[in-house]
Amino acid sequence: MSIPGPVPRRRFLALGGGLAAAAALTACGSNTGRPSSGGASGGSSGGGPTLTQWYHQYGEDGVEDAVKRYAAAYDKAKIEVVWNVGDYEKAVGAALLTQKKPDVFEYGNGPTLDMISANQVLDLTEQISSAKDDFPASVLAPMTWKDKVWAVPQTIDMQMLYYRKSMLSKAGQQPPQTFDELISVAKAVATKSVGGFFAGNDSGFGVLANLMIWSAGAEQINSSNDGPGFVTSAVAAGLEQYRALKESGGLLGSASGDWSAPDPFVNGECAMMWNGLWNMPIFTSELKDDFGVIPFPKIGSGGRQAVPIGAFASCVTAQGTNPDAAKEFVRWLWVDNTADQLDFSTKYGFHIPARKSLVAKATNLTQGPAKDAVSFVEPLGHGPSQLWTPATSDAFLAAFSNVVLKGADAQKQLASAGETCTKEIKRLTS
Amino acid sequence: MSAAVVPRPDVVENRPGVRARRRHRALWFWIFTGPFFAGLMIFIYIPIVWSIYLSFFDARNTVTPTKFVGLANYTYLLTDPTFLRSLGTFVVFAAFIIPVTWASSLGLALLLNRVRVAKAFFRSVFFLPTACSYVIAAMIWRLSIFNGARFGLINIAIRALGGDDVNWLGGDGYWYWVALVSLRLWLQVGFYMILFVAGLQRIPADTYEAAALDGATGFRVFRFITLPQLRSTSAAVLLLVLIAAFQAFDEFYNSLITVGGYPPYAKPPLVYLYLISLGGNSQDLGLGSAGTIILTIIIAFVGLLQLRFFGLGRKEDRA
Repeated sequence: MSIPGPVPRRRFLALGGGLAAAAALTACGSNTGRPSSGGASGGSSGGGPTLTQWYHQYGEDGVEDAVKRYAAAYDKAKIEVVWNVGDYEKAVGAALLTQKKPDVFEYGNGPTLDMISANQVLDLTEQISSAKDDFPASVLAPMTWKDKVWAVPQTIDMQMLYYRKSMLSKAGQQPPQTFDELISVAKAVATKSVGGFFAGNDSGFGVLANLMIWSAGAEQINSSNDGPGFVTSAVAAGLEQYRALKESGGLLGSASGDWSAPDPFVNGECAMMWNGLWNMPIFTSELKDDFGVIPFPKIGSGGRQAVPIGAFASCVTAQGTNPDAAKEFVRWLWVDNTADQLDFSTKYGFHIPARKSLVAKATNLTQGPAKDAVSFVEPLGHGPSQLWTPATSDAFLAAFSNVVLKGADAQKQLASAGETCTKEIKRLTS
Repeated sequence: MSAAVVPRPDVVENRPGVRARRRHRALWFWIFTGPFFAGLMIFIYIPIVWSIYLSFFDARNTVTPTKFVGLANYTYLLTDPTFLRSLGTFVVFAAFIIPVTWASSLGLALLLNRVRVAKAFFRSVFFLPTACSYVIAAMIWRLSIFNGARFGLINIAIRALGGDDVNWLGGDGYWYWVALVSLRLWLQVGFYMILFVAGLQRIPADTYEAAALDGATGFRVFRFITLPQLRSTSAAVLLLVLIAAFQAFDEFYNSLITVGGYPPYAKPPLVYLYLISLGGNSQDLGLGSAGTIILTIIIAFVGLLQLRFFGLGRKEDRA
């Protein structure tokens, strides 16, 4: 079991799963919000106003230099890049309450609804308009509120189910397409020393919660945005099936790393594992072609396969030093400047360009499992709703766990979580 | 005659020299206590007052809210099943940790009190874990001792004995309580042991001698002499352990958090409040403040009940 340390880029996916992940463990960011003389900041020497641009600490080598290089190339403003170590979301939230706020900042899946309601960020609909159709709708959805786009996606990350071809074939199994098949395959391939399916050291509750909704054909929030979309018999049946998976012995409860780490899969601790796109280079290097990827299997007859997707997206602070200049910079970098966008997505780690037109140019995504992964994004991708609050997520997680661990009645548990969800929506939208 | 040479108090107080000395003393008093007092005001009392203020407002993404919501934040929490469950989690934790900590620290203090050699060594050994960070200890418990994988320390022992791995922190059964309670005990027993050692040393030796002359030995001495004499220390220890149990956060959070978030079980009130008010991307300071005020009221109420139960503050204590 590994420490959930700073999880660059992919952290937003954990957040999409509901709750803040583990970067707080290593939080150490004392940030003034303005460039310092130390190594944490840097940027352009262009003319015009001076703007600050915040990034979280990406784990991949070269990202910091790259974003400073992009900023330096901008000639209509001086861009000071601030590289934030530690708990980035908390740092942004706190800075936006002060006078020393960033002009431009990235945020997982765009700003929160509270940021929009509190007038902390600006509408970027106009800035993205020339290329809006070039971004996958499922990526833009979490950053769209009341038909306005509040952030511009920078690069896409996703999660999917990895399986070891050799292990499944040895057990005479095919990659599961439905949840019933997942249960039977996981049980068939599990041995005393190899788990069937692994999705985290919390039995998969955290990372799979949303997928239990989407794969059952439901949504987090209903279409009229006034109540839960997950209180359905299909979701209830899915939770009961997850209990069956756990009781079958096919679900590995604990491993040498959490779901976001490559170790359990590379070490052969499990035959199937929920993981992210970011580890595909490691899997390719270690396992060669002995692995494949599939979306999360569909639950029930009305279900659908699903993958969670998300994107760090660039936002503009409403009370920044020069909001108009900041908006223009975001347009220049993340809408017009496709060369740097491609560089950002493909040269450092393994990501999917946010622009559909750039995907074909990403040569590392044109074959094998990477190509399969890319094909999941548009038709099967889901991002979190802005109305999915930590309290709602927590209530759903409690329902999920009560059904699986305590054998509680799924319908009643979902109804209770649904009440919390309705209460939360009222609070958010009142 | 003597009355004639003793000046009236008001005359003494108004003498210029006395007034100057008094002003001088007041100046030095504020020089020494001023910084501490200012720190206390800025970092403790003003935030507390501000929290109370925020708790009556819709304070999402702002520390200067304008939308007054009255008791809505309190009502929300007091009707929130997850918050109420978190209070239940605290009760379970407290039910284990309070009596076990009291008994363990008292037992260690009694043993230490009887040791004739290397007393300082043993006192240091038992006290040392108190100096350890909760976060670091939680990491050791989680990654090594109670790791649920097959190479976890206890699982290795279980396998060697022919058993199956236990997923200690994964929510199976209630095994996570073993890890959490043992972690808290390891961290805090040494500190309370020191308090009991101090309490034991305050019991006059002649009390024991008198008891011995009356024929009291062994457990009867403990029951009728030591325990009553440690009543104040016990009350203080129990109150501190109770408050510490209410404030449980670090070891729960760092033992159980995963990349997918905090699991839905073993969620004490502070962890829950943190998650819903500051967790993820949220920043609901009104709700978080209301939660902390509720907890403060509960702690104060239970603490007062406890003190009343132990009769602390009665006349004989003040005498």
